[in-house]
Amino acid sequence: MSDKTTDKTKEPKSSITRRSTLLGMGAATGAGIISSVSPGFVRYAQAQTSEPIKLGFECHRTGIGASYGRWYERVANAAVKIINDEGGINGRPVQLIVEDDGTDPKRGAEVVEKFATQHKVDAVFGTLFSHVVVGAAPRAGELKMPYLVVSEGTHVSSGSLNRYCFQPGITDVRSQVTSMAPWITKNLGKKVTMIFPDYAFGYDHRDNLPPAIKAQGGQVVEMIAVPPTETSFTRYLPRIPTDTDVLYHIMVGPAVLTFVTELGQFYGSQRPAIFGFIDSVEAVNLATPQLGFLDGTYFWEGMPRYAQKDQSQWDKLYRAAVGVDDNGASKADPKDISTYAHMYGVWETLFTIKQAMQSAGYAGPKDKAKFIEALEAIEKFDEGRDHPQGDKIFNGKNHQAYGHQNISKVNGARMDVVHRTSIEDGMYEVKADYTKMSL
Amino acid sequence: MTASRTMRVIALHVAVLAALFLVQFVLPDYHYLAMTRVMVLAIYAMGYNMLFGYTGLLSLGHAMFFAAGLYGAGMTAYYTDLGVPLAFLIGICCGALLSLIIGLVALRTTGVAFMIVTMMFGQVAYLTITYFTDYTRGEEGLTMPASARNFDFLGLHVDLTNAVLRYNLALALLAITLFVILILVRGPMGRVLIAIRENEPRTLMLGFDTFRTKLGALVVSGTISAMAGAAYGLLFAYIGASFASIQYSIEALLFTLLGGAGTVLGPLLGSILMFYMIDIASEYTAAYLLVTGVALVLLVLFFPKGILGTIRERWLPWLP
Repeated sequence: MSDKTTDKTKEPKSSITRRSTLLGMGAATGAGIISSVSPGFVRYAQAQTSEPIKLGFECHRTGIGASYGRWYERVANAAVKIINDEGGINGRPVQLIVEDDGTDPKRGAEVVEKFATQHKVDAVFGTLFSHVVVGAAPRAGELKMPYLVVSEGTHVSSGSLNRYCFQPGITDVRSQVTSMAPWITKNLGKKVTMIFPDYAFGYDHRDNLPPAIKAQGGQVVEMIAVPPTETSFTRYLPRIPTDTDVLYHIMVGPAVLTFVTELGQFYGSQRPAIFGFIDSVEAVNLATPQLGFLDGTYFWEGMPRYAQKDQSQWDKLYRAAVGVDDNGASKADPKDISTYAHMYGVWETLFTIKQAMQSAGYAGPKDKAKFIEALEAIEKFDEGRDHPQGDKIFNGKNHQAYGHQNISKVNGARMDVVHRTSIEDGMYEVKADYTKMSL
Repeated sequence: MTASRTMRVIALHVAVLAALFLVQFVLPDYHYLAMTRVMVLAIYAMGYNMLFGYTGLLSLGHAMFFAAGLYGAGMTAYYTDLGVPLAFLIGICCGALLSLIIGLVALRTTGVAFMIVTMMFGQVAYLTITYFTDYTRGEEGLTMPASARNFDFLGLHVDLTNAVLRYNLALALLAITLFVILILVRGPMGRVLIAIRENEPRTLMLGFDTFRTKLGALVVSGTISAMAGAAYGLLFAYIGASFASIQYSIEALLFTLLGGAGTVLGPLLGSILMFYMIDIASEYTAAYLLVTGVALVLLVLFFPKGILGTIRERWLPWLP
């Protein structure tokens, strides 16, 4: 399969020209009618414009990703406000256009088409759930629409998408697990059992954690995939081997409360070390009684939900701008918990778009190729207001950012960072090269 | 059934297809792309209507047939060098075979039991796709490789990234489906199907083999649905498990109910209206599915036979 993936990085053809279209139509119909009028799609002439730069935000307002989408949208609005307050991009204001994709791949593809042909945006960004990204990416590539996702999926970095797809604002799961595996095996144990959803976001963990653990001399002793429709986990828990040192879990969605409750009932006070991805409890209050069993366990966090003692000035600034308090909740409603560990990716993606458009001297859709090349030319991001999560390395070939990861321990109803990985910890050999594809 | 009525029916359907052909010259870009998808989904709904509208069998698992075509074609194109045209045919064959097997089992039941059995088979199909994630990538799905987007066929270069080609291919498939269904439902088989829908024991008593006829209807329905799935995967370059979920079975039912069950053009009309209802409502509110739901409830209350069903009942009794 990897060979197939590599082959696909050579995928270049997708041009729609008036000439080829008319020739095709002529062959198909033999009708002279098309010599005077052309089908709608080929009347494609993006006008040079002095209007705002339009950015299409493909948002999970509804569906399984809605709790993320709500916060991603708030972050996008906050970032765009700052960009516009500072004069916009290349002297042009930024207009944010939001479309709901329902966290559905079919609708996601339709939304990308809508952005490209109805709203005529300059770029699309913000998609999180990987099945929506994979469903929409082909259309983005064929419509030559820059598509900057905030997904964590390895679909971009592995080279399975196309030249128009980027992930500059958040690291991918492969990088995350690669960088954390040494800490897990050194501090928690070498025998790992995985429980993960048999669903899009579970696969990257399933595929990448075992080799990362093995590289550290450890072993994934059992992999328990749970169907996404499952509402009770009691029949899966006995499959956890008794010699498990570390239980590695990722269980996104409302089932997480049941999962943790049943896990507590299963183990009682005797349990292995537990390591999870914060994805499971993003937008969920850790003070929820059913989550008490998680006390003393560990989580991956892209950006720490709770303000830390050594909080950077950038985190402070970003937190204020997006309206989040020191506990990771909305300032307007302490019960409204943010998706803090992930949503910085939207912020950083928007400032990356600004950086690349300025670097390319972007003036309109005719400069999309320059914009893509400017994105690919980026080598690093310095920590700062635009990148509050931390500095990053950007690989222009596989269009993926690499950065620091945080491992946090649950202490009561908050989490404290106990380890922050280096960027190098998460690097791996990159085989994909989108720059070989034509623009 | 007079010759003039036949001519009127043919003229109407030719006019609809001609309108769909001509409208591409004036449609704005987005609607042009959207209509391509809608036509493919309309084929799926027309296949569904064959079973539900004409035979009276309500399936809640029809997405499995759509997915059989989607995966049969998509995985062939992804993993083999057989080429897109052959992949398309394999997708259709997968749907035909699956519908034959499902039909032999599910048609031993009727009514609510048939709904439940088809729903369970549909769920099995969905979980099968997610079970073999090493090959299908499950929910995340697969994007079609470059070789399935640009290829040569019978000396012609086919570029499936070309929106014009996609639109007209979708239209051609829709036209074929429409006339196949028209011929079937206006022929002897169609009359037996309607007889089964209205009163199966009486049809049986009249000497018709209702099981065999229903099986035929299910195979035709499943094969057409699979053709839509195969076309969808190949035209839009993506296959994923969500297309096998119950949501997509329900969608076909809603398209059919909205446009008019038991009318040839109803599913097409329902697909168009449903797409735009969601598309427009989602621009104004995140509760667009609620808006759509309310609209459907009102429709069922005041136009229980759907739009074209009501039109046929009140004004155009000759509408097939």
